[in-house]
Amino acid sequence: MSKIIVQDKSIAVPGETLAVGMDMLPGSGTYREGESIKANRLGLAVIDGRTIKLIPLSGRYIPKTGDTIICKVIDVSFSGWRLDTNSAYSAMMSMKDATSEFIARGANLTQYYDLGDYVMCKIVNVTSQKLVDVTMKGPGLRKLRGGRVIEVDPNKVPRIIGKQGSMVIMIKDATKCNISVGQNGLVWIDGEPLNELLAIQAMRKIERESHLSGLTDKIKDFLEKNGVHRTNV
Amino acid sequence: MPYNERIDGRKFDETREIEAKVGVIARADGSAMFKIGNTWAYAAVYGPRNLHPKFLQDPQKGILRCNYNMMPFSSSGERVRPGGSRRSKEISLVTGKALLPVLNLDEYPNSVVDVFIELPQTEAGSRCAGICAASMALADAGLEMKDLVCAVSFGKVDGSLLVDLDYSEESYKDGPVADIPIAMMPNSGKITLLQMDGEIRKEELMELIEKAKKVMADIYEVQKKALKEKYHEVEI
Repeated sequence: MSKIIVQDKSIAVPGETLAVGMDMLPGSGTYREGESIKANRLGLAVIDGRTIKLIPLSGRYIPKTGDTIICKVIDVSFSGWRLDTNSAYSAMMSMKDATSEFIARGANLTQYYDLGDYVMCKIVNVTSQKLVDVTMKGPGLRKLRGGRVIEVDPNKVPRIIGKQGSMVIMIKDATKCNISVGQNGLVWIDGEPLNELLAIQAMRKIERESHLSGLTDKIKDFLEKNGVHRTNV
Repeated sequence: MPYNERIDGRKFDETREIEAKVGVIARADGSAMFKIGNTWAYAAVYGPRNLHPKFLQDPQKGILRCNYNMMPFSSSGERVRPGGSRRSKEISLVTGKALLPVLNLDEYPNSVVDVFIELPQTEAGSRCAGICAASMALADAGLEMKDLVCAVSFGKVDGSLLVDLDYSEESYKDGPVADIPIAMMPNSGKITLLQMDGEIRKEELMELIEKAKKVMADIYEVQKKALKEKYHEVEI
């Protein structure tokens, strides 16, 4: 019979023994050493039936196929654009993936996306050497005009979005802002300046308290207490 | 005259007071502070990030770069000249080698993880404090590591086997001194750093290594507590 040593939803540090016995299975972020299952990183230990896994609490973004991310254009070449993905690796967007418009031979590519522009794009391929290809063909993928981009912890993005987007919809409704969350931890917010600030404060609060339960209610209270700012137009 | 009693009144197998905190540098991806007596180390981890110059890149895995730096007025002796020295270069190297066995950077080919260790004040045992701080900072940065690394110096001062030598013991003039910094993975008991300055008998060295396992377990507890506390702060 296996013995589980850690409590469910408690924080485990590298090398900490989570469970002893062969009945339990090591999930992501854990490894087996002899009879025991140990933590492979800092994270929240979650016991799910017979498996123990660790949910990471920190760490940089690693590009993954299928992720929708927000990128900054850092270089324009003959055949496309190089984008900063907020990770250790930059992404390449080729001309054919960039727009449905016709791009004439030898056209100046900066008229589509210039240096410093932010775009919402989707990762189509990541090689073993972490060469990243992205596309802008797809629903919701676009150039981000106006607004502001903030950086959040990429591990907290699921909490910022919430179940079926519940959290981000709540912030959108409360602040009347347009918000797009990239899975790489960049968030684009566009609205009235004071409301943008309120949305940022709400996200910072989620970031700080993401590992605690009852988060949705706390954020709801926070948004209600601080109210929505409207300018008289 | 044998060294029967320690100047600061500690027991032979007692370390100086230890304090640790994680997340002390907001801009870094991971950071930690580790104080042991009057030796203070701060470590900041940046990365994995893009590595330049390109010839340093490894297409198989990410690389670890450590930088150990003593601040100008950190030590009790003369002012430490800013910038790298022969000593800091060596310590940076051995720190990297002490940390690498626990780290798995296979997920980050062609990239680098930078560790900066700064010492605002020191009084012996600075490389060990640096390694302890760096290992916590790496864990805080969310990197994959199978264990933490704990380090502390051991030694023999005029015939007595001691744990965590302070400066007066390290520079003891009335008898022979051996200074042995050891870094260890506390869970497996494997050694990742073992250096020695001075002379010691083989049996005594083995005795010290056995003693190390117990001391490392205590340090691991301190590190563990600090890492967990970072996420509990909000609850209060």
